[in-house]
Amino acid sequence: MGKTKVKKMLFILSKATIENAYAAFVMANGARMEGIESEIFFTFFGLEAIQKKKLNHLHVATVGNPAMHMPTMLGGLPGVEALATKMMKKEMEKLDMPPIGEFLEILSDSGCKLWGCKLAVDMFHLKREDLIDELDDIITIGDFYSRADQEGTHLLFI
Amino acid sequence: MKKVIAQTEIDVNEEGYMTEFSQWSKEICVCLADEQDICMTEKHWEVIEYIHEKHNNEEPLSIRGIKKSGVINIKEFYSLFPGGPLKKSTLIAGIPKPKSCI
Repeated sequence: MGKTKVKKMLFILSKATIENAYAAFVMANGARMEGIESEIFFTFFGLEAIQKKKLNHLHVATVGNPAMHMPTMLGGLPGVEALATKMMKKEMEKLDMPPIGEFLEILSDSGCKLWGCKLAVDMFHLKREDLIDELDDIITIGDFYSRADQEGTHLLFI
Repeated sequence: MKKVIAQTEIDVNEEGYMTEFSQWSKEICVCLADEQDICMTEKHWEVIEYIHEKHNNEEPLSIRGIKKSGVINIKEFYSLFPGGPLKKSTLIAGIPKPKSCI
């Protein structure tokens, strides 16, 4: 068995580009697979990853993303973002990475807690029913911090 | 390295995974499970059988695969093998630890 002093990982997802959402999901799921507790707090634009109507339409960022290796102006042309997203999804499917909705189900079934940020939910005028059924609750940042009250807990902002 | 379990000598790596599947038996499996505080039930054996089948067909194991397996769902999988179900079930099943990140 690999040894680690990490007992619990708390992730804060504030952007719902594909690359950010998958970073949080893979790490949260990976933690559960290692027997580490994990939770994700969806705030600000990160909420799009748990909105029923939006989660299947997340995009990879082609503007202002240096890893795209294309001029920023080109990234902003019509269709470029959609094309890059399509290519990215194809590569992920080859590696058997689940789509966002299925990944959220897997996380929830694995015991990863999923939280919506109350302030952001209010700001975007969202209702509980706009968000995925697997969501554990809508909580404040204070509630979230109180969940870190345990030895070996780490918080990660994505 | 060598390890004696169920009155049998087996070859394991530094993480305790068996390196010679031919040495695996149900008796050894029960003892390996016991070391992980797991008491084998009917359902555990079904999962071990599924894992062996995947291993024989050289198909990679993943949590997503478990979801689609039709043998067990993810919640049950986590409750049967607490503390990391894929790494514990493969250790008990006598096959190498999966290398997948998902």
